[in-house]
Amino acid sequence: MNWLHHLIILPILLPIITAAALIPVDERNRTLKGVIAFTSTVVVFIISLLLMRMAASSGEGETGASVYLLGNWPAPFGIVLVLDRLSALMLVLTGVLAMATQVFSMAKWHRAGYHFHSLFQLMLAGLNGAFLTGDLFNLFVFFEMMLAASYGLLLHGSGPMRVKAGLHYIAVNLAASSLFLIGVSLIYGATGTLNMADLAMRISTVGPESRMLMEAGAALLGIAFLVKAGMWPLGFWLPATYSAATPPVAAIFAILTKVGVYILLRLSMLLFGSDAGASFGFGQSVLLYGGLLTIGFGAIGVLASQAMGRLAGYCVLVSSGTLMAAIGLGNGAVIGGALFYLVSSTLTICAFFLLIELVERARDAGADVLAVTMEAYGDVDENEDEKEGGVAVPGTMAVLGLCFCTCAILLSGLPPLSGFLAKFAMLHGVFNPGSFGGDAPVSGAEWTYTALLILSGLAAMIAMNRVGIRTFWTSIEGTIPRVFLIEITPVLLLLAACVFLSFQAGPAMRYMDATAKSLGEPQNYIGRVMSAPRAGPAAGE
Amino acid sequence: MELVLSAGIGVLTASGVWLLFRPRTYQVIIGLSLLSYAVNLFIFGMGRLRVNAPPVLEPGGVGGLLTHTDPIPQALVLTAIVIGFAMTALFLVVLLASRGFTGTDHVDGRE
Repeated sequence: MNWLHHLIILPILLPIITAAALIPVDERNRTLKGVIAFTSTVVVFIISLLLMRMAASSGEGETGASVYLLGNWPAPFGIVLVLDRLSALMLVLTGVLAMATQVFSMAKWHRAGYHFHSLFQLMLAGLNGAFLTGDLFNLFVFFEMMLAASYGLLLHGSGPMRVKAGLHYIAVNLAASSLFLIGVSLIYGATGTLNMADLAMRISTVGPESRMLMEAGAALLGIAFLVKAGMWPLGFWLPATYSAATPPVAAIFAILTKVGVYILLRLSMLLFGSDAGASFGFGQSVLLYGGLLTIGFGAIGVLASQAMGRLAGYCVLVSSGTLMAAIGLGNGAVIGGALFYLVSSTLTICAFFLLIELVERARDAGADVLAVTMEAYGDVDENEDEKEGGVAVPGTMAVLGLCFCTCAILLSGLPPLSGFLAKFAMLHGVFNPGSFGGDAPVSGAEWTYTALLILSGLAAMIAMNRVGIRTFWTSIEGTIPRVFLIEITPVLLLLAACVFLSFQAGPAMRYMDATAKSLGEPQNYIGRVMSAPRAGPAAGE
Repeated sequence: MELVLSAGIGVLTASGVWLLFRPRTYQVIIGLSLLSYAVNLFIFGMGRLRVNAPPVLEPGGVGGLLTHTDPIPQALVLTAIVIGFAMTALFLVVLLASRGFTGTDHVDGRE
């Protein structure tokens, strides 16, 4: 076992150590804390890249997962960390988002309260742990760790709005955690194991009397993650919470919904894949129709919202609805595109949340209220300033406007950027299942999916146009926002990452398709986990 | 014993859910606490009910399955209790902050 193998534990360990080390440091040295935390994040990001290379290189022939036995106990008895292509992808995505938001926060937002960087690091540890774990109960622990830190981060900056949003957010998530626990214990009661790979093996042999219990447990577990992912009847808390959070927090929260999606994807492919016997495809139709409803609800919300924060919140809903429906279609060719969409949309939404704050500095507080009134009574100052030859656009506004346009293009899925490529890849998968399925005719649900995907893009475009015109073209006389370099750089870099993704779409899609393919063959994952070699002298036993 | 345990879990859950849907923050937090008690008992029950059986091996030999109870649900309950307790404490702080900001104990901050 080479040293690279031990890197798997570091994305969890390093943020925890950093978080703990930062707590005694005096709050007056915020910049120092920020720099230390940022260094840790960068190191974790580099490790994630190494891990991604490891996951990708370990298999053209054998799409392998690397297994790390915690405490050196063999798989079904001890707890394991499992690194495969999907978890490596999520780690890298988390790293990118974390670096961007952390740099952004160091301009001023980390001064709004105590222990921002510690909480941030703890959330990263929870996120990375949730992506890496191969055990249901550990998933709960990491999930709670992530949530606990997110409560603190949401309340960061305090104020009545945040406390109110935080109260609702915590209540909803505590109730969801109860469901999570009931689900986990039902599954344990029915199958006698919590190891995901072991569970996947046993699922086909569960007797009919326990099967119902097991499926009830899986359904409850699913509800907990659907709350997190914001599926339609369960996601009403999301836009209010996200728009109340401080901008860097809202931006990193963009990945929290994706944790729900990640686990739904992982568990439905692993537990209810082709080997599941009588439970094959369990819950798929719920994901599909729930996802479709979520896209619809999100698109209506996008059209209806006046404030940009809420608009971004509904974009999050559209994004996770799209992903849930893609998982529900149960078509491997769509999953590849969906993963590409996941990366692209998360980066975009993160950049958008950061951008909103910069743009809104230019607007006066009553602007949103005014916008509603203007819609109702018609624009009063239509012909107020008609200068010949237009007005000079200040440099800052030009940069912000350019970023805003890029966000709009990415969110609505227009060519040439990655948002379009992602949607194209998913629709291509819908109509050409290729090696993943026969020549079954395109079903009604798939047509609905296609229509909703395109319509939600249209809704995003209309909403972004409206907001953009109000912000950039009609308020030129307003104050020009003062934007620091370290605030605009993360936004630019996140958008540059999307552009990079568009240029490198070929290699990226190959990686995603290989990921989808390995998810479709859970035997490989199971085999790797169950036969993971123990380290050290114990291996010879 | 099964009847008592299941009735207990049922009553706790029902009261917890009812309180959770009430408009006062204090009712909500008590509801969440009751719910977490019910969940803890439920996890415990999933390890099957055994009386007078230790969950750990005793010195002097490995016992059979007949003389021991399943230790895993007990370990899970322990973790769940700790996490649930911490979350309740956190929620209590947020509750008080909300009360301080809005001057009311309604969950929406206004009557």
